[in-house]
Amino acid sequence: MKPIFMTYTKKDLINLAVCMVLSVLIIPTFIKTEYWYTSILIPWLCLALATIGQQIVMGYTGQLALGAAGFMAAGAFAMFNLILRVPDLGFVGSLIVSGLIAAAFGILFGLPSLKVRGIYLMVATLASQFFIIWMIDKFGWFKNYDSSGIITAQDIVILGKPFTTPLAMYFVCLAVTTILTLLAMNMARGSTGRNWMAVRDMDIAAESMGVSLLRTKVQAFAISAFYCGVAGALFAFCYLKSLEPVAFDIKLSFKILFMCILGGLGTINGAFIGAAFILLFPVLLNAIGNNVFHGAIDATIISSIEQVIFGLLMIIFMIYEPLGMAKLWENLKQSMRSKLSSSGIKGVKSPVLKK
Amino acid sequence: MAYERKFKIGKPILEVNNISLAFGGVKAITDTSFNVLEHEVRAIIGPNGAGKSSMLNCINGIYKPQQGTVTFRGQVVPNITPNIMAQMGLSRTFQNLALFKRMSVLDNILVGRKLHTKTNFLEVALQLPKVKKEEKLNRERSEEIISFLEIEDIKDTPVGKLPYGLQKKVELGRALATDSSIILLDEPMAGMNVEEKRDMCRFILKVNDELGTTMVLIEHDMGVVMDISDRVVVLDYGKVIGDGTPDEIMANQKVIDAYLGVEH
Repeated sequence: MKPIFMTYTKKDLINLAVCMVLSVLIIPTFIKTEYWYTSILIPWLCLALATIGQQIVMGYTGQLALGAAGFMAAGAFAMFNLILRVPDLGFVGSLIVSGLIAAAFGILFGLPSLKVRGIYLMVATLASQFFIIWMIDKFGWFKNYDSSGIITAQDIVILGKPFTTPLAMYFVCLAVTTILTLLAMNMARGSTGRNWMAVRDMDIAAESMGVSLLRTKVQAFAISAFYCGVAGALFAFCYLKSLEPVAFDIKLSFKILFMCILGGLGTINGAFIGAAFILLFPVLLNAIGNNVFHGAIDATIISSIEQVIFGLLMIIFMIYEPLGMAKLWENLKQSMRSKLSSSGIKGVKSPVLKK
Repeated sequence: MAYERKFKIGKPILEVNNISLAFGGVKAITDTSFNVLEHEVRAIIGPNGAGKSSMLNCINGIYKPQQGTVTFRGQVVPNITPNIMAQMGLSRTFQNLALFKRMSVLDNILVGRKLHTKTNFLEVALQLPKVKKEEKLNRERSEEIISFLEIEDIKDTPVGKLPYGLQKKVELGRALATDSSIILLDEPMAGMNVEEKRDMCRFILKVNDELGTTMVLIEHDMGVVMDISDRVVVLDYGKVIGDGTPDEIMANQKVIDAYLGVEH
């Protein structure tokens, strides 16, 4: 399979077409229950987007950062204030500007990466998490001096049309996620992504080839924060429908980190797989608890079991498959293909190693 | 050498002036000066711990010497960093392999094209026509280098999975991809068998011959050094003990003493 041009292969285009048909035609036709949209599909898309942000800085550039939820909060509250105070921007405009505001925070909190690395950088980036949440809590202006502390997100209006039904909001999230995912893939496979990965794999050599560490790292932090900011805005406006800083606490950052690692570091599709797994796994456990054991197991025990299994999986993946579920999926496809080709079906070529 | 060179050896392209480097109390290099002429193959030799790799790291800006300057094309380079030297047209390979392990051979070599990539991340994200054009040119040049080094069959393999000898080749390829005017090779043939060494020598000479790239190499195999280099500088305990053509070096008593040991 020769690349048609550059890095888009025929397979990529087929994958894209399949995803689009599935998400635009099949899901809306067959899934009618609101629950699926409001509690699974919408948060899945939002968190997958944030995970792509985490992937860019951690999976591709190799900078251990832990503050995705902070940037999401920045994006969400920027969005609220922009719609409130600059209504002329419109939804899409506000979304982009919110992302840019989050990116500015990303640049600020990415600067320590020039001096510290590894676990120390992780601690340094935690500052972003706490600082942004603190700032929103401290200054009432960000919450429009709302006394309750929880503010309702405005309705989504694009070009005069309201997008308030779960299905409509699903499409908003889908559109944004699709566009940003494609852009991320272009970057990851192009010269930008090569610079990121060069810095990740061997920074001294990257510098000797003319890759500026300062620019590359700060750029990765900015783009990552942009993705998290947009994801945060969507998360607040389509899923939570309310804004409170507590929703963007450190737990969410860890969740995104887990999605990133379980999905597979340095992969874009891994972001979607990881997000789906972490979101659906508790749902599955609850379903098992209710249907198999008929509520005999306490809900708190189930959520503890969930934590234990996540922890175990993290350890197992770190040891046996650092490239995560995306790699497992790739392996599965490879073994299927080699089975098909050995059983004599023509036209199925042995897979090429992909990054 | 009998044959006529396409690129005649010219003026000094790189000069190292009175460089001293110490790590704490340990002196790695003491007041060392030598020069490299344009289009020549220059070898740096010396026993283990003589300061050869440290020398390259000073030239390339990874180490900051306490004293001395590096002059490139007649101009003293202030605040040397690896990035600045790369921009001035100096590329290098590393002693212990500094490849991008999780990236494919082709991608590794493409990183070498960084300085020939002018488009920014936004243009890359949007895949503007000029990005595609630039990417195409860079890929063509990288493919050329890959076929020159005869590593076409492994170009999609992550370099971390390759044997040592091949990784050394990929590293040379990455340095070549920069189209630099001077390349520093830190032990390009270490750990290779005779056949691989012969291949590597062939590539180094071919690059020097066809592109006129100035080569500075550190090597331990005396046979190789004497065969392929135009001039040799010998370091011992961080000092120059010999500088000249291979024949002169072989006749130099100090060098012989340093290598074979001398009775006290």
